[in-house]
Amino acid sequence: MKPPSKTLERLAPWIAVAALVMIWEATVRLFDVPSFIFPSALETLQALITYAGPIGRHSWQTFWTTLIGFGLGVAVGLVLGLIIGSSRFLYNACYPLLVGFNAIPKVAFVPILVVWFGIGSVPAILTAFLICFFPIVVNVATGLATLEPEMEDVLRVLGARRLDVLLKVGLPRSLPYFFASLKIAITLAFVGTVVSETVASNQGIGYLMMSAGSQMRMGLVFAGLIVISAMAMVMYECFSWLEKRMTGWAHRGR
Amino acid sequence: MASAFVDFEAVALSYDGQDNAIEGIDLSIAEGEFVAFVGPSGCGKSTFMKLCTGLHAPTTGRVRVDGEPVNGPLKITGMAFQNANLLPWRTVLDNVLLPLEIVEPYRRQFRRRREEFAGWARALLNTVGLADYADKYPWQLSGGMQQRASICRALIHRPRLLMLDEPFGALDAFTREELWCVLRDLWQAQRFTVVLVTHDLREAAFLADTVYVMSARPGRVIEKREIALPRPRSIESTYEKTFIDLVHALRSRIGDVRES
Ligand SMILES: Nc1ncnc2c1ncn2[C@@H]1O[C@H](COP(=O)(O)OP(=O)(O)OP(=O)(O)O)[C@@H](O)[C@H]1O
Ligand SMILES: [Mg+2]
Repeated sequence: MKPPSKTLERLAPWIAVAALVMIWEATVRLFDVPSFIFPSALETLQALITYAGPIGRHSWQTFWTTLIGFGLGVAVGLVLGLIIGSSRFLYNACYPLLVGFNAIPKVAFVPILVVWFGIGSVPAILTAFLICFFPIVVNVATGLATLEPEMEDVLRVLGARRLDVLLKVGLPRSLPYFFASLKIAITLAFVGTVVSETVASNQGIGYLMMSAGSQMRMGLVFAGLIVISAMAMVMYECFSWLEKRMTGWAHRGR
Repeated sequence: MASAFVDFEAVALSYDGQDNAIEGIDLSIAEGEFVAFVGPSGCGKSTFMKLCTGLHAPTTGRVRVDGEPVNGPLKITGMAFQNANLLPWRTVLDNVLLPLEIVEPYRRQFRRRREEFAGWARALLNTVGLADYADKYPWQLSGGMQQRASICRALIHRPRLLMLDEPFGALDAFTREELWCVLRDLWQAQRFTVVLVTHDLREAAFLADTVYVMSARPGRVIEKREIALPRPRSIESTYEKTFIDLVHALRSRIGDVRES
């Protein structure tokens, strides 16, 4: 068999999306599913166009709260990761704590955040932050902590200080881990924002879907779903591109 | 010996505070001497290196280098290990330059004299046959080439003491012999002091002036053997009878250690 051509390979994801939409449309029509239970692709598209204004406004809200939460997550995650990763003692001390913290479903924080900060953007930002900083901490700390002891000896014998080893070896070495974690963190941040918006906000895509759902306007709910996943996908691709740009050496010229 | 460069006096080291990893080490190495350490795995050869370079302090005894007691890392040493440990995001040239970014006084001058330093690095790479690879990345090099670069990195700050911990252990036999000659020529030209840890008795006998044989844990020096073979030595000479007898004698000594 001939290997698929380059163009075909590039088009493949779009073909997959088109196929999924077609199956969706066909299934709904074939089984005659009422649109207040499961709208067809066409109805979703109609909702997307009809409500473009409100959807745009609410998406923007979701987008910037996510980015702020994500930004906080990156800053805190990076600093915490650097601190934990550069000391074996702290690494061992804090790791179980972090794992335990990560196991808590972040939705459980939302009511607490509402009590502290009220309904609105702040709980959304903080939920996004809470959910996304963990993979960054773990990746940065792991990148630092797995430094070869021999490399450390080579530098230490020359009189290198901790900071030297960190700057010359530790940090560059953990960059691929860091950028890989950004891709995961940005998608998680969207999850955090939307979850918080559905219970504790009157703005954002999460809120929009919740209220549309309670009015049985399922076309709008699905339109919201599609907008979220599109935003998350675009951001994922951005960070994936950034990762390739910044840490090409880690991919060995592939 | 009056002019001992490295001087160990009744040195012992215990990592866990209970039993010694190495003990009763009494030896002196002259400046410019090439010594090799052989012995069973886990006998404390790498530990000896840590003591010698000041990366670890002895539990008892005294370590002196160049007449001064060793306390803290010794900047006049360069080190290379079995893994080349080159940084994959730096070119070969920048890898070789790394020590100069760290060790004083070069560290302070690095920005100003970068071109000059790069010249040193290129000259060094040239002597090990890597002139054309200075601007390549480590992963574009074979294992043997990476090891050459690693030795250049160990030598760039012109150390007086070169510590090599099984530097050729991961290489095939032909590449290894090639690198023996590279190291021999570097040493013959610059006459730094070398401490080489190896599992290869031919390697020890071919390169060293003195071979120390260590016992199983707790490591002690059980034999010191001067290698009187004339220099410069050639790979050819390792197939002559005198050389083979010498390696054989070392081999049987190690055999005794393993049995006891
Ligand atoms: N950091 C450490 N902490 C505790 N024990 C150690 C440490 N490093 C080495 N040891 C112990 O000290 C002994 C000597 O170790 P060393 O690494 O010096 O052996 P070696 O001769 O270099 O062995 P090999 O030939 O396998 O490299 C071993 O029994 C080892 O378990
Ligand atoms: Mg060792």
